[in-house]
Amino acid sequence: MSVTRALDGDTNVTNAGSALEVSGLHMSYGPLEVLRGVDFSVAPGEVIALLGPNGAGKTTTIEILEGFRMPSAGRVRVLGTDPAKGDERWRARLGVVLQSWRDHGRWPVHQLLDHLGRYYTPYSTASRPRPLDTGELIEAVGLTEQAGRRVNRLSGGQRRRLDVAIGIVGRPEVLFLDEPTAGFDPQARRDFHDLVHRLSDLDDTTILLTTHDLDEAEKLADRILILTGGRIIADGSADRLSREVSRDAQVRWSRAGEHFVHATDDATGFVRGLFAQYGEEIDDLEVRRATLEDTYMAILKKEEG
Amino acid sequence: MNPTSYAARLGLSRGWIEFKHSLTNPQDIGFTIVTTAAFVVVLYLQRDAKVPGTDLSLAAATLPGVLGIGMAFNGLSGAVGALAVEREDGTLLRAKALPQGMVGYLVGRIVSLSLAAVSGLLIVLVAGLFLVPELTGAGLGAWLTVAWVAALGLVATLPWGAVIGSLANSPQAAAGLSMLLFGALSSVSGIFYPITALATWLQAVAQAFPLYWLGLGMRAALLPDAAAAAELGGSWRPLETLGVLLAWSVAGLVLAPPILRRMARRESGSLMMARRERALQRIG
Repeated sequence: MSVTRALDGDTNVTNAGSALEVSGLHMSYGPLEVLRGVDFSVAPGEVIALLGPNGAGKTTTIEILEGFRMPSAGRVRVLGTDPAKGDERWRARLGVVLQSWRDHGRWPVHQLLDHLGRYYTPYSTASRPRPLDTGELIEAVGLTEQAGRRVNRLSGGQRRRLDVAIGIVGRPEVLFLDEPTAGFDPQARRDFHDLVHRLSDLDDTTILLTTHDLDEAEKLADRILILTGGRIIADGSADRLSREVSRDAQVRWSRAGEHFVHATDDATGFVRGLFAQYGEEIDDLEVRRATLEDTYMAILKKEEG
Repeated sequence: MNPTSYAARLGLSRGWIEFKHSLTNPQDIGFTIVTTAAFVVVLYLQRDAKVPGTDLSLAAATLPGVLGIGMAFNGLSGAVGALAVEREDGTLLRAKALPQGMVGYLVGRIVSLSLAAVSGLLIVLVAGLFLVPELTGAGLGAWLTVAWVAALGLVATLPWGAVIGSLANSPQAAAGLSMLLFGALSSVSGIFYPITALATWLQAVAQAFPLYWLGLGMRAALLPDAAAAAELGGSWRPLETLGVLLAWSVAGLVLAPPILRRMARRESGSLMMARRERALQRIG
């Protein structure tokens, strides 16, 4: 009885633990220090966007987490395992979408997904059957019409959607997406966002993605990490980050054909006063908080300055 | 179910699929047609000429060497090309991202390269049956010898191709290196030019490499016993053939896995991108 409880307790501890844990991560390429003490942790089911200028070390960080690169120093755990020592069972619980792939050009889409999915069959469990059904997956990424087409005949965006499909065919518990939507048209981008939401809501997948599209980061991520100069300089929801940088909101309105802009940290009070003073003369009212883009630029500028 | 043997089975189906893809690829078919046509033309031009001092047709004397060199060429440069290209296009990294993916990849590659080599051998053989009348007289024993020499020749060359493909920096460097190596070895291999006419030290060099023994093994299988008189030592030396080919096979099989593992461990997305950028600079 007590043994059972102890075991249950252990399970709970594991479940409540972090999906990703990084502390004191350093990485140098020869004399070039790319990462200098990166710390963060990600809870199971969380969606995290890793932002930062080109060359900030985003891809290096992801590659270390994927087990494709050995760090110079620091502690890294992915699903409780050190990626440098991860075995195939651990590997089966991850999904990886790299920046650019041109492989398997001769394979038709359906055949390739079906073949790659079969690698996950031995790792199927009752609670998490693997792999995903090939037909359903192709439909989910919007490639049904291209299912019989050879991979080298796909457009850039279609190719990228196939990469994402291959990344999730094994129903990963942790999914790494390195610039997943580069080259997507707006419709494909929206479909991809729906897919990410579904993965995190229905499958409880922990997702770490890098992107240069701040709008996308804001839409998808529960939390945003900004990496620059080899360190994480901001960590929080888009909302919290923007409040930290500035509480100001911009209020725009027009009166008697003239347009006005006013920045204030109490938009509600200001608008209330505006209406009290001018009533129905106020038109075109718009209250805008700092976007993630404003926040991001402000944070980077502060770091540089 | 053991995941490793399961992945090896996936590799078998992967190799079969890739082989079928190459059968429908115009570039691959074109390459096979051109190389086969070159061999057939040579055999055709030699069909009436006789090896001096014998009534053996020159075509009959050349064909075995062509079979041998084809096996080595497919094994070596096939593996070099596949590895060098697939490191750059991300196939290897994709395999690395899958559980047991490298096992599936390697088994698949061995299967598809072997199928390509064997089908190349069969094409030349079929052409040979029409142009070299001596071939139709070959018995079961002769064909069994062709089979083991071909199989061992493949095992003796393919792992070395994988090693070169792993060590090279770019597909271009890999292709250049393997062509250079292959050209040098085949010129002293005794396949196109009798080895007995070469300087003694060149004979020694040729005999250290598998290419000479592949040609000799094929000649032993398909030529009349009397033709052995024209070989070094006046014998087919089947035991030495077996020994040298086995030695190269064992050395390759021992050396290739750690080198492949080391190469695979170092592969990463950014490395692949860096290579691509270099490739684009070369073009631009």
